[in-house]
Amino acid sequence: MNVGKMIAPHIRNVAPSGIRKYFDLINEMKDAISLGIGEPDFVTPWRIREEGIYSLEKGYTHYSSNAGYIELRREICNYMKRRCNLEYNAESEVIVTVGGSEAIDLAIRTIVTRGDEVVIPEPSFVAYKGCTLFAGAVPVPIELKAGDQFRLRRKDLEKAVTDKTKIVIIAYPNNPTGAIMNYEDYLEIVDFLKDKDIIIISDELYAELTYTGKHVSIANFEEMKDRTIVVNGFSKAFAMTGWRIGYACGNKEIIGQMKKIHQYAIMCAPTTAQYAAMEALRNCDDDVAEMVAEYNHRRRVVLDGFRKAGLDCFEPLGAFYVFPDIRKTGLSSDEFCERLLLEERVLAVPGSAFGDCGEGFIRATYATSMDNLIEAIRRNERFVNKL
Amino acid sequence: MKNEIMDILSKNSRISNEQIAIMLGRTEEEVKQAISEMEEQNIILGYPATINWEKTDKEVIMAFIEVRVTPQRDRGFDKVAERIYQYPQVKSCNLMSGSYDLFVAVEGKTMKEVALFVAEKLATIESVVSTSTHFVLKKYKENGVSFEHKQSDNREAVVL
Repeated sequence: MNVGKMIAPHIRNVAPSGIRKYFDLINEMKDAISLGIGEPDFVTPWRIREEGIYSLEKGYTHYSSNAGYIELRREICNYMKRRCNLEYNAESEVIVTVGGSEAIDLAIRTIVTRGDEVVIPEPSFVAYKGCTLFAGAVPVPIELKAGDQFRLRRKDLEKAVTDKTKIVIIAYPNNPTGAIMNYEDYLEIVDFLKDKDIIIISDELYAELTYTGKHVSIANFEEMKDRTIVVNGFSKAFAMTGWRIGYACGNKEIIGQMKKIHQYAIMCAPTTAQYAAMEALRNCDDDVAEMVAEYNHRRRVVLDGFRKAGLDCFEPLGAFYVFPDIRKTGLSSDEFCERLLLEERVLAVPGSAFGDCGEGFIRATYATSMDNLIEAIRRNERFVNKL
Repeated sequence: MKNEIMDILSKNSRISNEQIAIMLGRTEEEVKQAISEMEEQNIILGYPATINWEKTDKEVIMAFIEVRVTPQRDRGFDKVAERIYQYPQVKSCNLMSGSYDLFVAVEGKTMKEVALFVAEKLATIESVVSTSTHFVLKKYKENGVSFEHKQSDNREAVVL
């Protein structure tokens, strides 16, 4: 038997991530600085870690209910009300998942069937497209523009939405661009989507990392709430990436069906992480505020650094990424990143890894120490100047 | 802006004004001005480094002394506190709630030197009722910095 031939074409045909090669290169370098990894450099606040340890000491090592401990779901509802002004029923409208990533996968699989279209504004997090293809559906990219500060515009949606569109993905604050959408930005989007039979998946993992004003969710619009699945989690806000814990909130019929996939594929999210997550939601607003303040300082430093190197860069107001325009160097984003790594030992990720329209940009994360950032900026400037 | 500057300086007092300005989205001039004001108003009092003396040749012994005093009419504890904190050997001096009154950190080159200082200088002050000396055996954390535990970046490369 040719085992390879047994693999389903719609799985095999999904290209592996193009940024793997950089990681292989950087692993062999000693003094390289990585601005490549999209994860907080902070360790999970001690009181959260301690709560996880305590739950183990008490012997809480069993499954939770499929949707997650009800106490955690209640805390999630309190949090969503307190931080996002969104009300959900803990019994029926919340599911605790293995990171936001699982919630995205569940949401997409619950809504689409073969041939349905999923509109994905790009540049974007790489999982939306992958999950769409794995579900047998068709990803329809929208090219967001630097000129629009990578916000989603009605004109873009009008071109992308068809009769087959079942889902529009919205992800702000955005990975990889650092863009945010405010209330006014959403008005024309809401106006366009409110009468259509389309479900919104709003990926709000970076909601806490909003550096100006308050985070706005598309679910904050009354007419959108019932048709929006809000995906959130603990990885970015509470520096809990390795715990793998996130959640989705939305209409109870949708959440109920997502729960069905979740209970067969996953059973429940890890319970140690669930206990830790309760502590995060109950007592860690100050820890979050401290991390956000630190990110904000770094954000200004790294933005200033890229601009001083002569690169155009719109001001990112969310997440922990900057997305400088490198077109004036004459290099492709792949060439730029490869040479920056080989010649100056700084890793950034080519914008093209996040969709074709990311070509001409690079993503640099400032989730690394200030010392590293300052050195990385110095090296980047030296690199750009010699081009 | 001043609060943010204080937060930054309390973690790293060697950082340049230019760097602070970039971090806060202000001009260097504004930062310089704000810091001068805080220095003049005795809000910022100094810029010490946190040093692990154990790793150096220098002998430094530290003790915390619980001091019980009789407060003086009209002046409360301030007068006696002043008599204590004027000694250069006294590194910190705090008025406390609870079973004693002043909590005094004393530094010296040897245990004997510290003990003698307490016996001869602190205990003999008129309104001091009693002292209780606790020598520091090992420092784990100071000024928010842990001495032993340095977190390394062990993040693995992931695709996202």
